[in-house]
Amino acid sequence: MTDPLTPALTANWGQRGSWTLPAYVDQGGYRALYEAVTHEPDEIIQMVKDSGLRGRGGAGFPTGMKWGFLPPLGEKPRYLVVNADESEPGTCKDIPLMLASPHTLVEGVIISSYAIRARRAFIYVRGEVLHVIRRLQQAVREAYDAGYIGHNILGSGYDLEVVVHAGAGAYICGEETALLDSLEGRRGQPRLRPPFPAVEGLYASPTVINNVESIASVPGIVLNGPEWFSSMGTEKSKGHVIYSLSGHVARPGQYEGPLGITLRELLELAGGIRAGHELKFWTPGGSSTPMLTKEHLDLPLDYEGMAGAGTMLGTRALQMFDDTTCVLRAVLRWTEFYKHESCGKCTPCREGTWWLVQVLERLERGEGSEDDLETLLDLCDNIAGRSFCALADGAVAPIMSSLKYFRDEYVAHFEHGGCPFDPAAATLFEPETATAGVGA
Amino acid sequence: MISDKTKGELREITARYPESRSALLPMLHLVQSEEGYVSPEGIEVCAELLDLTAAEVAAVATFYTMYKRRPVGDYHVGVCTNTLCAVMGGDAIFGTLKEHLGVGNDETTEDGKVTLEHVECNAACDYAPVVMVNWEFFDNMTPERARKLVDDLRAGNEVEADRGARICTWRQAERVLAGFPDGRADEGPSAGEASLAGLRLAAERGWSSGAPKPTGDAPPRGDAPNGAASNGATSNGGGGKGQ
Repeated sequence: MTDPLTPALTANWGQRGSWTLPAYVDQGGYRALYEAVTHEPDEIIQMVKDSGLRGRGGAGFPTGMKWGFLPPLGEKPRYLVVNADESEPGTCKDIPLMLASPHTLVEGVIISSYAIRARRAFIYVRGEVLHVIRRLQQAVREAYDAGYIGHNILGSGYDLEVVVHAGAGAYICGEETALLDSLEGRRGQPRLRPPFPAVEGLYASPTVINNVESIASVPGIVLNGPEWFSSMGTEKSKGHVIYSLSGHVARPGQYEGPLGITLRELLELAGGIRAGHELKFWTPGGSSTPMLTKEHLDLPLDYEGMAGAGTMLGTRALQMFDDTTCVLRAVLRWTEFYKHESCGKCTPCREGTWWLVQVLERLERGEGSEDDLETLLDLCDNIAGRSFCALADGAVAPIMSSLKYFRDEYVAHFEHGGCPFDPAAATLFEPETATAGVGA
Repeated sequence: MISDKTKGELREITARYPESRSALLPMLHLVQSEEGYVSPEGIEVCAELLDLTAAEVAAVATFYTMYKRRPVGDYHVGVCTNTLCAVMGGDAIFGTLKEHLGVGNDETTEDGKVTLEHVECNAACDYAPVVMVNWEFFDNMTPERARKLVDDLRAGNEVEADRGARICTWRQAERVLAGFPDGRADEGPSAGEASLAGLRLAAERGWSSGAPKPTGDAPPRGDAPNGAASNGATSNGGGGKGQ
């Protein structure tokens, strides 16, 4: 029987100096690498397949299968690229992981690169996290100095170079093909697929791109066995994951547990919604995953459970909003974000998000009408699925889901002639200090 | 002016990559470190080193939010106003700072100390509302604490991030982003309280992932290489010793 919480990736975060090589080794670090190099690379791929690990960056694609899509070794080198561009609103698991235990990721990078026979790996980390970048740089340096990266790693004859690469502030670079363009020194704009990165990725060479948490899960799978990993979770959603609870919850934070736990269980562990209020709406995995309500508290947080409710598990970014929150204000702000972050390549997304903001602003001011609600849905229809990447789909998710559950609240804005909510009541500090800047 | 030393470092960045153009993002960070923004000269120098046109470099520089076309102050103060932080108080904090500093979004105080900007989600939602100073974390902020923070920065008082190091200048931070470490990695904590919430609860209740305790010889810790990994392994003196 799996425990409600199963700290694996988070287990060493409370250790003194946890980010350093000595502390990591004292906690069992780099044992998995020793184990890995006693196996053929294909055996490692098989272990990852057997574990049932699915991508932790949002899409949930089976990691081992992704590795298996690489064409046979040819003249072109293979690359491993780690997507450490954590930027999806609400998502906040990879950044604390890399801050507290960068070596977990680095060890995962080495083993994964060995498995796919890549001799160069890149960690593409968003630029807006200075201290995380410092610690990644130091961890890679320490691993070089200890002989875990570089020439003839642990006498295996395997060579690997690892580069930490800082981005420069663009949400779209979390999309894997945009990330590759960005890593090639270009504007980060998505590519048409196929060809998929496994065939033509970085520098048109076979490339595996995985999320930080996916790669960081690999050492544990190698060291403790695929059965250990797959003993956690549900039938099709295996293993441990980090759930990130934020918003109007008593004890927000990172809670690592098996896939398939429910939000009700997690909320109990986190002390519930803040005192005197109740849950109004929440996102299962970031703002791009359609929102849910308290009706959905007992659904299993796994890939299937969320798909069954018309949403997605995404990154387990559980953002919780209580009854003081105006859903229209929340949705407008997310929409402004997507408008700002649309890379501009595809017309429906570039122009559509701009119009979505116009209509939502009018509605928020209380100057909207029923016609505007129809216009919104019509716009959403013409944006979703009509662009190169999923940013456009993400942009319409909050609008369509909020209209499904909270249409009355949209109507209330134009019947009331403005927003019926007091934004000061939703803040986490005392009202008298909150009034100063509201409406800014 | 881009110095000869910086030009050398820009070349050094290109050597990290199989194809030199990959160096462009870190190179632009280094240009900002030297110039305080992406200057026309910086664009020319990058273009020349990478055998690109200035237009190609400018097209990249203008795509990314972190690259600035006007000089940034010593301290870039970013207030998260994405939905969650905004609702929890980020809007109020941003409003307070605009009024307190007398500047608007993406503007710099007259003394050249603080540039204020509202930023998108910075992956610290469990610490909302969040303020970033030179891309270091200030957690669970309030309007009062934000005011005191910018006052301290303007007065030249030493300020330490909640989960990070002592605050350096924006230009120094850009140098780290370009891949030139500043030796501050060992400052600050492993994690904040929210990051440890689940871990603490699991310890209290005796819950675990069921992973077996490691047995046998420990791998080298970096400070004492053993035989198993002595193929060229060198001591780094051990991390975690502070400054």
